Amino acid sequence: MKIKLTFWKLVFFFIMASAVYATYVRFAKGLGPSTNLSDQFPWGIWIGFDVLCGVMLAAGGFTLTAAVHILNIKRLHPIVRPTVLTAFLGYLLVCVALMFDLGKPYNIWHPLIMRNPHSVMFEVAYCVMLYTAVLALEFSPIVLERFNLHKPLKVVRAALIPLVICGVILSTLHQSSLGTLYLIMPEKLHPFWYTPLLPVFFFLSAIAVGLAMTIFESSMSSKHFGQQLELPIIQELGRVLLVVLAVYGILRFEDLLHRGVLKLLFQPGYETYLFWLELVLALILPLILLTQKRIRTTAGGLYVIAVLVVLGFITNRLNVSITGLESSAGMRYIPKWTELAITAAIIAGGFALFGLATKYLPIFSTAEQPTLEEPETAVSAGSLSYDGD
Amino acid sequence: MSKALLYDATLCIDCKQCEAACAEKNKLRYDDAVVAEDRQSEHKFTVVLNKNDKYMRRLCMNCAEPACASVCPVAALRKTPAGPVIYEASRCMGCRYCMVACPFGVPKYEWNKLAPRVQKCTMCSDRVEAGEPTACAAICPTGATKFGERDELILEAQQRLRNDPGKYVNHIYGLNEVGGTSVLLLSSVPFEEFGYRTDLTRDPLPLFTYRVLSRIPDFIPLGGVVLGGVWWITHRREEVAAAEGETANKVFYPRNPDRRTK
Repeated sequence: MKIKLTFWKLVFFFIMASAVYATYVRFAKGLGPSTNLSDQFPWGIWIGFDVLCGVMLAAGGFTLTAAVHILNIKRLHPIVRPTVLTAFLGYLLVCVALMFDLGKPYNIWHPLIMRNPHSVMFEVAYCVMLYTAVLALEFSPIVLERFNLHKPLKVVRAALIPLVICGVILSTLHQSSLGTLYLIMPEKLHPFWYTPLLPVFFFLSAIAVGLAMTIFESSMSSKHFGQQLELPIIQELGRVLLVVLAVYGILRFEDLLHRGVLKLLFQPGYETYLFWLELVLALILPLILLTQKRIRTTAGGLYVIAVLVVLGFITNRLNVSITGLESSAGMRYIPKWTELAITAAIIAGGFALFGLATKYLPIFSTAEQPTLEEPETAVSAGSLSYDGD
Repeated sequence: MSKALLYDATLCIDCKQCEAACAEKNKLRYDDAVVAEDRQSEHKFTVVLNKNDKYMRRLCMNCAEPACASVCPVAALRKTPAGPVIYEASRCMGCRYCMVACPFGVPKYEWNKLAPRVQKCTMCSDRVEAGEPTACAAICPTGATKFGERDELILEAQQRLRNDPGKYVNHIYGLNEVGGTSVLLLSSVPFEEFGYRTDLTRDPLPLFTYRVLSRIPDFIPLGGVVLGGVWWITHRREEVAAAEGETANKVFYPRNPDRRTK
């Protein structure tokens, strides 16, 4: 364990050191010298991965808060804190990535006063800004608790339900809007991915990834921080994941069918291979594994499924934002080392911050959990689930 | 009324005076190296292409309903009533969505600058506002590039196609593409040969996103009420169960949270 930790620390410091130099190149020389972006290909992995995937990977925040606080599924309560933490860190890191990608990052506040309500980007900017604020408030009780600040804690708790509702609405809007961004280019985006249903697909897959990330985090935490979630909770998440993936899969198939794209699926080519990679990772393998009770009920099986789903939908986002636009751009885009270094540093930073937070804040302290809820209401848990029997 | 440019490739003699006038108007470098460049860039807003002695200009189409202006989150790009699509660098934050969205690949970026701007032809908007033709149209010695009212130029283009059907491809490029553009093109060879896509939709591109965006104002109150309602119902059930449980909990409501797990 000791050796392993030092190895990862070495990796971490190597990534951070290269990112520091990459940051220097980016801000001292400009976007041209620090990226492989060009007039033909203006958006690279900083948008495709850091922003699109970053927002998607943080989707557990709104999925779980909705399940626990709105649908009142109290069994899931112990995992609200780690998912809200992930979501909060995720959005902060998306903002960091944007500071690198924007040509004039110091103008990032402009949408506040220069409005264009017809722009999807304008809507995304507002939603991300407001949702980051909502997440900060949803996360604040953990910090306030740690420092015994009871008065502000009471205020935040009183506003909890409206906050959660705002969070769910804002998330629904911008998770889907990241797909809407691409609706403006019907002729540029490859027919595998261009569909009027893009917003729906982005939203549904965000929910699936939110669930998968929760399973994944639980497993990671048990390995590295000695904290883990109860198996029954993860099994529950696995069942919901199966349903969400099945709905997504059927919609995706019907969409391809009705747009007459199915015949393209078997024409060999660059786009076809990457499309199949996405399908196999995000849908086919997880669906097969999830229907096997033997696999679905074990922590190890669920971990593998979660990793597949996360990788599959990362492939999906990269396909929409990069692969699908390459043939109309007439070129292949391969990120420069500087782009990769920044992205790697953002991922590593996310892991490190998550680790620090779990170490110093009551994230996993499930036993005595007065958390976001008043203690009294938490006592009567479970009566809802009994109604059906 | 909306102004436009009509470029008739059959009248063009590849003198490149439009390129030079454009560079001068926009204070861009125009030396031998730039003359030789055969594509639009952040320092060359228009270019005359030559393919087997057939010519074609490329420049910003100044769409009637421009995708670039509709996607810009800070309204740095704007369609003026007179026709030009203009750009205000001070508003821009450099998200480059305009470049991704433009169906003609027109906006270019100053990749090597620390305060980069989007660069493109803005149809000499200041000249047009003052009632003058664009720099390229004013200098054109053969009338290949002609400036005027869009409606009148369309009639003239149709007239030319009718008068000499054998000379032209029977298509006014820009009449209907992406809802119409303020630059109209006539050619004797297929437009695709010069990189103009002829498979573009006739619907204005902003419609594709607006169909979705326009539902948001309805969605917010609806979503709020539905979520609030669900919260109320699920928690009300709990209150009822708790109240009833006070009288009959031992008989009827055994608490069993692990009931679904084996």
